[in-house]
This record gives sequence, structure tokens and C-alpha cells, in this order.
Amino acid sequence: MKAEDVKTLVERILEGMIRGVEIRKGYVEVVVDLENVVEAARRLKEAGFDHVKSVTAVDYPKESKIRVTYHVSSYLNEELARVIVGLSVDLPRDNPVMESLTGIWRSAEFQEREVYEFFGVTFRGHPDLRPLLLIPELAEKRVLRKDFVVREESIYEGVPHRYE
Amino acid sequence: MSNVDRVYVGNLNVAARRAREILLGKLKLGDVVDWATTFSLWPVHLMTSCCGAEFAATWSPRFDAEQYGALPWVGPRQTNLIIIEGTVTRKMACALRITYEQMPYPKFVIAMGACALDGGLFYNSYNIVRPWEVVPVDVFIPGCPPPPEAVARAIVELRRKIREKKVASKWLIEGWRPDREPVKPKEDVCSWWRP
Amino acid sequence: MRESHTGTSSGEGWKLPGMMVRRVEREVYEIFIGPQHPGSGHMRIIVRLDGDVIVEADPDIGYVHRTMEKLSEVREWLKPIPLLERMTIIDACNITVPYVNALEKLMDKSPPPRASYLRVLLCEINRVASHLYGFGIFGVFLGHSTMYMWAFGDREVFVELAEVLTGARLTHTYPIPGGVRRDMPQDFPEMARRAVRYMRRRLEEYRKIFLDNPVIVRRLEGVGVIPRNLAAELGIVGPNVRASGIKYDVRLVEPYEVYDELDFEVPVFEEGDALARTWVRVEEIKQSLNIIEQAVDWLERHKGEPVIPKEDFDKLPKLHKEVYEKTGRVKLLPAHASMKIPAGKAIARGEMGRGEIVYYVESDGGTTPYRVRVVTPSARNAVIFKYIVPGHRLMDLPAIYGSIDYFPPESDR
Repeated sequence: MKAEDVKTLVERILEGMIRGVEIRKGYVEVVVDLENVVEAARRLKEAGFDHVKSVTAVDYPKESKIRVTYHVSSYLNEELARVIVGLSVDLPRDNPVMESLTGIWRSAEFQEREVYEFFGVTFRGHPDLRPLLLIPELAEKRVLRKDFVVREESIYEGVPHRYE
Repeated sequence: MSNVDRVYVGNLNVAARRAREILLGKLKLGDVVDWATTFSLWPVHLMTSCCGAEFAATWSPRFDAEQYGALPWVGPRQTNLIIIEGTVTRKMACALRITYEQMPYPKFVIAMGACALDGGLFYNSYNIVRPWEVVPVDVFIPGCPPPPEAVARAIVELRRKIREKKVASKWLIEGWRPDREPVKPKEDVCSWWRP
Repeated sequence: MRESHTGTSSGEGWKLPGMMVRRVEREVYEIFIGPQHPGSGHMRIIVRLDGDVIVEADPDIGYVHRTMEKLSEVREWLKPIPLLERMTIIDACNITVPYVNALEKLMDKSPPPRASYLRVLLCEINRVASHLYGFGIFGVFLGHSTMYMWAFGDREVFVELAEVLTGARLTHTYPIPGGVRRDMPQDFPEMARRAVRYMRRRLEEYRKIFLDNPVIVRRLEGVGVIPRNLAAELGIVGPNVRASGIKYDVRLVEPYEVYDELDFEVPVFEEGDALARTWVRVEEIKQSLNIIEQAVDWLERHKGEPVIPKEDFDKLPKLHKEVYEKTGRVKLLPAHASMKIPAGKAIARGEMGRGEIVYYVESDGGTTPYRVRVVTPSARNAVIFKYIVPGHRLMDLPAIYGSIDYFPPESDR
């Protein structure tokens, strides 16, 4: 399926809830509002997208938002198996709370735990929300946000403090 | 009065210590203990990180480190060597320290890979610790990952160190390791562990 | 709960948690199968047992979490390639090719055909080596030491092929955006064909000692059955999902590199138990050997073609061109270290030995990536511990673990 066909298909499935559709390199991204995300996920699942490949969160401190994207695809439907659709929702950066989509897509369970510990996004209704990879002391620091800085030794900077 | 060849069985600790000093030091049984230890350095099954692939390859038929008497064994209570392969994360530092504490002395540690030297490729990561701050390390192996020949060479270097400096027999006599300071982690490595 | 006060030769002790067995209910006990265990790998499995039957199993991962996603954000575009390789060091080419494909999508560049065939060749060599590593570790878990010895011994054949091609045993760092780092030596096709013939003979021996072994068959048959719908719902990947009846392989579904020009099959089994998963891996080794032969034939026929795009080659100074003509090594300009990639978002995926890997790369036009998100196959397979293991006996846990070929450094990134 070409990217334009996917775009028309997604626009047809999610009528009335779309804030923006864009064709990216390798997938089609559709942005919905926060209150519609569960309904949009349910409609996508009924159309045949039955598993989540990745739950990605990107931090934009300049626009003060965190964008959480669910990249979904299909195993059992032959046509849709070649396609990846990204369902995105924007959350405010100081209080990122959203409904968990684990009830619809069970494959999102462990990845939502990861987004919880790295970005601090709370998923309401998640059956088991606790840190997956990090120790609790590091999970409180929300390490993957842009304000947690990791210093890198670089040729443009000079020798870092540790070796002085 | 000379107490050279007499053993007084009054205070058992003092008597045991005198016996160890005489048997292992004066009567040269310590050399036998050192020789036997070098031929039975058994590493414990603790896979720390990705150098574990080269650890597994060193005991494979092509390089065969079992010819040095080193058999990877399942439990820490019956082994005397830990090979730290690669990066030690903060979660793994707790398991490493517990395993090291469970092993009976004389025990040794080999640190394998660039990540065990000073962080390697992940030197500025927030989740790793330096292994020589957690357990006392005897031999370091550079490389990323070090080829199996280097791992076998490290075992040979450890053997040379044990035999020349008589580490095992002196450890048995004294009850603690005499040739280096003990290593205590600066913070509680298991503070994250909750039952 | 017992805690041990350690007072051994390291001086004064401090409180460390000792060995833990905890009583949860009247008949249910909770034990830890921890990182120091011959059957657990680099992770901890917290298991609740009722007698001998597992009631609940919780994977406690994160013991090898080396923060690849955060470190990729502070390093320039080329530097995450050796960083991301260390996730699955035994399968190094398969894990970096999708990242390089994502960069090429953002830059609108594509590698010349010879570079693509070289990448595919190294990918298939790595796939065979990775499956043999899986068999070796499976042998250790089940107590079958001969399988460990044979699998690792035969793996050395393919690791040596990779060493002749790239210069390193495990960490190849072979693909770069635009092509590959060096060309193939003259005597490589003959070495590769010998290795393929040798491996085909050895697979018959493996069948005799491992796959048709009655003890192994009794341990693996009917254990860890994943029905077809549950496999699709849990989102598991790789040979595990192909053993449950779903024909899904990224090389068929969305062919990358030159996989659409090559002739190979994707084995699918129906039963979904541990024995089917092992058989899928054996059949995949056979198909990879076919691909290696086809790639080597093509490379022999088309000698002398470039391995980096023409516009990059024209920009190299005279000395670099001479080195390339004589030895086949590509020496990149220092400008590559601080190259800028136009802004955009891209997804690229690939098929590793253990399943499908997905990269999401976002660029804002600078010299470092803005966000790199990687979802490895083992990270998606971790749900199997939570949903499939309960209900089996404790001795089935190593059998299930080895058959799904779960690799913790890859899962923890």
C-alpha cells in the first residue's frame, strides 16, 4: 500500500478526531486529541491493527509538551501488515497524564512502563505501573527528559573535570 | 623462652594460628596450596554484560580454557573466581557484591573488557559503576571485547601472581588478604532492593 | 525474611540481603532466580511457586541497562553505530543496518548495489552465528553440554568469516550511511562456500544428538505453547511468532536492502511449542546458508563496483582514493564526524536473528540526533515470561527461556 492510500484509510477510520495527518519516512503519523485517544485506538484495533510495535515519547521543552506515539501494525491482516501507523498525542510537560491503552493493545504494557520511568508520564488504568529497567532512585529523576544532562567529552570542549 | 616448635592447646584460636603458620609457612605446605589453587580457579556463572559472549567462546572447543583447570561452576559457595565481563550497572553491582561475599576465601576477581577498566564506551552513562569500587580486582583485561586468547592469558597471569606472591597461602594463614586493602563500596549498593 | 550479616574477609560487614525465600500465602512461596544462576542469563525472574507449579512469574530486567537511547542523543550521527552494536554483540550487522537505513531515508541517499550485497552477506553470516549461540546457551540451560560445545565450535567458523571480511570478531561496525567500510578480499568466496558446505553437514549431526534426542523431545514437546491469536495479541516477534503459524518476516513484508532480489523461504510451523521454535531456527540456518551462496555468487560476478556512492567518492582526496583502489578500505573524511542531517522523522526496521527491530530516528537538523528510540526483539518478547510461563512446572522454565532465545543485553538496551 502506498503512503497516500494509508493516509486516506486512516482519515476514513478516524473521522472527526484527527488534529493532523502527515506522511513521514517509513510511517504515517496521525495526531489526535487527548480525550479521543482511547476511542481512536479502539477504532484502529477494529480495523485490523492488532499490535503495538513501539511506544515512543519525545520531549520538546521549547514547546513545553511531550509527544507520545504508538506505532501500530498488523499480524493477521495481510494488507495492513506492510504498514505502520503512528497514533500520536501531545501531553503538557508539567503534568503528563493519559489513559493507558493496555486494555486495547496488550502488547503496550511493558513499553508504557518504560515511558513512565523515563519521562514521568502516568498512565491511568495500567495494571502494573512500576519501573521496569531503572532503580527507583534514578526513575525519580526522569532521565530521558532534556533537562537531565549527560556530559560528553568532545573535541570542541576541552578535557572534562574528571581528569583534571 | 623459645616457642618455636611447641604448640600449646590452650587457646584454640592462637593454637590454630600457630598451626597454620607452621604448616603453611615453615613446612612449605603453603607452596602446595598455592600450586593447587592455581590449577583449580573455577569461575562462577555470573554473566555481567556483553563480554559474556567471549567468555562463553573461551570455554568453547577452539580455545578451551578448561585446560588450565578452570571449570565454570554453578554456585558461589564452591568456586573461587569471578570474571566480571563488561559493564557493571547499578542494579548488577548489588548482585556482584552479594556473590563476592558468598564465596569462600581465597577468592579472586578478573575484570574483563574496556567497560570494566574505566567505563569503556559508556563512560558517561548514569547507570554504570566502576567494578573496582565494588570488589577488589586482581587482573584487568583491555579490549572491547577482548579476544578469547586474552582471557586465557589473564588466567595465566593470575596464576603467576598467586604462585609468585603466595597469595593463597598467606590469606589462609592470616584470615584476611595481606597484600592489598579491602574494598568497600562507598555507598550501599543494594539500597534500591526492596522485598 | 532472613538477612545475612556479612563478616567475611573483607573487613567489617554491612547488611546485604541474603538468600531470599519468602512465604506469600499458605502454600505459595516466592523465590528469586537471580542474575547469578546457570539458567537465568543477565536477569532476575521472580517466581511464585505452589509446590512445583509456577503460579506467577515476573521478569525483573534492567541489569544490563546501558542507556543507549540517552547516550545517542549526545553523540554525533556516526557514533551511535558502535554504541548500538553492543546491544546484541553477536548479531552486530543486523542491528546497525536499520539505523543506517533510517539515516539514509532522512538524507535521501541510497547505497550502491555492491554495498547492499555486502551488507546482506554479513547480515546472514551473523544470523547463522546468532542462532548457533542460541543453541549453545539452550544446551547449557537444559544440561546438554555437548550441544554447547558443538554449537560454539561451529560458530567459530562463521565468526572467522566475519573477521576476514571486517577485521573484528564480534563488533564489526561495517555499515556506514551510504555504503560499507571495506570491500571483500579476493579469496573470500571460496572460504564462504567451504563454510556453507561444512555447516550443512553439521546440521545433520545436530539433528541426531539434539533434535531427535528422546530426552530433549520429551522436555520440549508441548511446553510453552503459544496459540496463534495470543501470539498476535502479545506482539511477540521472530522465530517465536513463526512457530505459532503467523508468516511474518520483515524481509518479506517490507524488504530492505536487496532481499527482494534474493530467493529464500521463510519457515513456518503450526504447533507453537518449544520444539517448533527450535525447528524454526534450524530451518532458518539452512535458508541463510542459501542466501550466503547467492550473495557470494553475485559479488564474484560484479567485481570492481564501488561500495560508497559516487558523489562521496569524488569528494575524497587523492590519497584516500589510492588506498581504496589498492586495499578496498574506505577512509572517510573528518567531515563525516560532524555531518548534519536534514530535519525529519523516520522509522526503519530490520529482521535480526531474534526478531524484528524498529528504529525511530528524529533529527532537528543538527550534528547530533534529537531522539533515537530502539525497540529490540527481546524487549518485545519479555511479555512471554509474564503470560506464558505460569501453569508450567519449575523445570520447564529453562526450556521455555532457551527456546524463545531471550537475550537480556538486547532487551535492556
